[in-house]
Amino acid sequence: MVDQLFPQVGLAMADVLERLGYQVDFPEGQTCCGQPAFNSGYRAEARTVAKHFLKTFRDAEAIVVPSGSCTSMIVHHYAELFQKEPETLARVHALETRVWEFSKFLLEVAGVEDVGARMEDIVTFHDGCHALRELGVKDGPRRLLSHVRGLELREMTPAEECCGFGGTFSVKFPELSGAMARTKIDAILRTGARTVVSLDPSCLMQIQGVLSRTGSNIRTMHLAEVLASR
Amino acid sequence: MSAEFDQKIHSTLEDANLQLAIYTATGRLKEKRIETVAPGVLPDYQELRTQANAVKKHTIENLDHYLEEFQRNVEAHGGKVIFCEDATEVTDFVLSLARERAAHLIVKSKSMTTEEVDLNERLEHHHLESVESDLGEYILQLAHERPYHIVAPALHKTRYDVAKIFTERLHVPNETVPEKQTAIARSVMREKFLAADIGISGANFLVADSGAIVLVENEGNARLTTSAPKIHIAVAGIEKMIPRAQDLATFLKLLGRSATGQPLTVYTSFLSGPRRGEEIDGPDEFYVVLLDNGRTRLLPDRDKRQSLYCIRCGACLNTCPVYRKIGGHSFPWVYSGPIGAILTPQFMGVNHEPGLPFASSLCGACYEVCPVKIDIPKILLELRSDVAKSNVREGRKRMERLTFRVFAWAASHPRIYTMAARMASAFSPSSNGRWIRKVPFFMNVAPLRAWLSERDLPPAPPKSFRQLWRRR
Amino acid sequence: MSRDRILHRVRTGLGRGAGQAIPDPPSARIRIPEVDMETRISTMRARIEALAGKTCRTATATEARDYVRAAIEGKTAVASNAPYLEECGILNLPNVRTGITSRDELRDLCATTDIGITSADYVLADTGSLVMLSSPQEARLVSLLPPMHLAVVPRHRILTGLDELFSLLPRPAEQTSCMVLITGPSRTADIEQILVRGVHGPGEITVVIVG
Repeated sequence: MVDQLFPQVGLAMADVLERLGYQVDFPEGQTCCGQPAFNSGYRAEARTVAKHFLKTFRDAEAIVVPSGSCTSMIVHHYAELFQKEPETLARVHALETRVWEFSKFLLEVAGVEDVGARMEDIVTFHDGCHALRELGVKDGPRRLLSHVRGLELREMTPAEECCGFGGTFSVKFPELSGAMARTKIDAILRTGARTVVSLDPSCLMQIQGVLSRTGSNIRTMHLAEVLASR
Repeated sequence: MSAEFDQKIHSTLEDANLQLAIYTATGRLKEKRIETVAPGVLPDYQELRTQANAVKKHTIENLDHYLEEFQRNVEAHGGKVIFCEDATEVTDFVLSLARERAAHLIVKSKSMTTEEVDLNERLEHHHLESVESDLGEYILQLAHERPYHIVAPALHKTRYDVAKIFTERLHVPNETVPEKQTAIARSVMREKFLAADIGISGANFLVADSGAIVLVENEGNARLTTSAPKIHIAVAGIEKMIPRAQDLATFLKLLGRSATGQPLTVYTSFLSGPRRGEEIDGPDEFYVVLLDNGRTRLLPDRDKRQSLYCIRCGACLNTCPVYRKIGGHSFPWVYSGPIGAILTPQFMGVNHEPGLPFASSLCGACYEVCPVKIDIPKILLELRSDVAKSNVREGRKRMERLTFRVFAWAASHPRIYTMAARMASAFSPSSNGRWIRKVPFFMNVAPLRAWLSERDLPPAPPKSFRQLWRRR
Repeated sequence: MSRDRILHRVRTGLGRGAGQAIPDPPSARIRIPEVDMETRISTMRARIEALAGKTCRTATATEARDYVRAAIEGKTAVASNAPYLEECGILNLPNVRTGITSRDELRDLCATTDIGITSADYVLADTGSLVMLSSPQEARLVSLLPPMHLAVVPRHRILTGLDELFSLLPRPAEQTSCMVLITGPSRTADIEQILVRGVHGPGEITVVIVG
């Protein structure tokens, strides 16, 4: 998704990491983590895609992912997929510890909170469900954002509610998905923020899609883009 | 998913008043739960959840043992246990007992298990009057409707709805003040409690070491149902079992808070048989109906059997962003919300409503609030896999399966994957970076149509990340 | 027989044999906090009052009796046969009917009386709950049918909470057919989530602590 629709997110992430002294590699063989298939009940197909992922990233020191849901797929659900294949399962476990959602990588591996970013804006942060509940990401992005010069962060109430994307859910139950998104947008509007920040491109696509449909000027940005701003 | 499911969802989403009622009521319950389990208020909350999960796991894994222990103890205190396979057996038991005792009037306290077996309808069919005594359930009984929510059955009714129902069914003057409506129900019900031959209740817990049932409520109707009539029948699913009375120190702390944000409901009754010895009041006869109705079918699956840990608190409903939009009546069975979404396919078969496991964004909020830690999202994902497998077997949804097989194949062949992606981008309408509202007819496939029905599409960027990266 | 079929299915589903032993259950979690009596009393009173119940504390049994006399002035009252009520002299009060042991008589009386007076076996401080075990001395309906419930309890019966209760009383079923925890007046929010008190049980509750 980042590759095809939001390349600026990938570039921003690479920027931030390089500035911190990391050497960033993009294995061209990568395609997808397999979540769409898994999510839709097609486990055999998901396994095929997962195996390709395992192969592509086998030798990577650290795999940094600009998405909570993809990270969660890899570190929580790959093991579920390969319960009956001990060899592959072993490879999954070997990989799991090297996979990091972007904000967690910055805080827990790079050990930084201030990446020297600057962005004059009023933003609100949307907690994507996978990152929040499966990866335990809540304070981290807020700490990172707190060091962005010129940035004011306002919290939504209610907080922590799903944007309604849910993968294929968004197209299997479009009206419902849209209704959930509009509730989220009501909360966003109440903050008065001009930008919605999240660390999940799928949430951003959903939220921006509805914002655009309603003719709103509010924009969405990935956390990486904010942190890459100077 | 079935057209019926889609239609019910659609009509609920369209009804602005209903949307407000559902969202506000569940919002209130959600907030109250959060207040009463906050770290400053219940510091042990997470530990209690862990304990509750462990106790339920142990009990379910050894359920036969506890069922037998329960029965022994009920009988030791002068009661009887009746095992029933299904709705028919429950009805037959109640009918035959009613006949033997020449009983005509039954009062009932709230029980989702009796809803599950349509007990009232079946009894009425045999000319027994069976009156719901819980205010919300009473309103629904008069309106001939199913409960909207596990704990707050009349959540979808306004006071004006209630006034209309009372006027039409009770022939009382129009009354829209809730306090007065409650008073009407109270006086109707008082007569019934005191005249009833049989009281039928559910059970929140079955306590094996005591041969007891536990009933929690706020109104007092369950106490009256189980203390005024001479016969008390409790109907409960076999999975309601807990091993010891002492386990209530854990479960009672979780149930009220999770359900309605109450540390304890107004009345918590621990009932272990007919009145004893010289006790002055209480029933002369005490029966516990243990219902299977498909629960045993869930036991063999080690992952999914945790669905049976449920203590019916309703917290998952109150926190679910999907339930809060589509409400209880969109669901095909008596159990709604996330717990309903996992129980229904397991009881009724995945093909009963194949769309149900997919009607979730898998946000995980339900798992977060479940007092017994049922991993609902995990079970939904497994059920989705079950649906997909069933479709393959029955030759349904071939297009979808083909799409994913192609996707999986392409995703294992990066060059093909990238090429396909670039082709799709090339055909995407140009838009100067603005998000897209319409696509050309040949691209207007179902998923895109579905997406575009509610929101705009991101425009394809001039270059993909891959291309940009190579240039760096 | 359904019982046999159901148990058989349970066992098959779980991979267990008939009569097979079970592993030890996780120990029951009982944690009794240390709370002094004065704190218990003030917590209990705060909880009950937060639920729109009333509380009163009297130094002596005689004062309790006087309080009750004033509370039931001009009203009809039925009292259980609790020894503690006898001790306080409450059973001798003029408009109090008591000493009834017939189920039907008691029921009809409770259904037509303004106030039900009982003692309680325990009170749980952290939730403000009365714990009442049904017995020849304490019938169920006295605390349930009349629209007002008045309970008089000596302070030494106040426990910290559920954990202490189930520690003292691990097998309530051995004592009684009915143990009920009463936490505030009867209520419902079934209509538009609007709180209404006194639905089927008493809409008013008063707890008198003696000592």
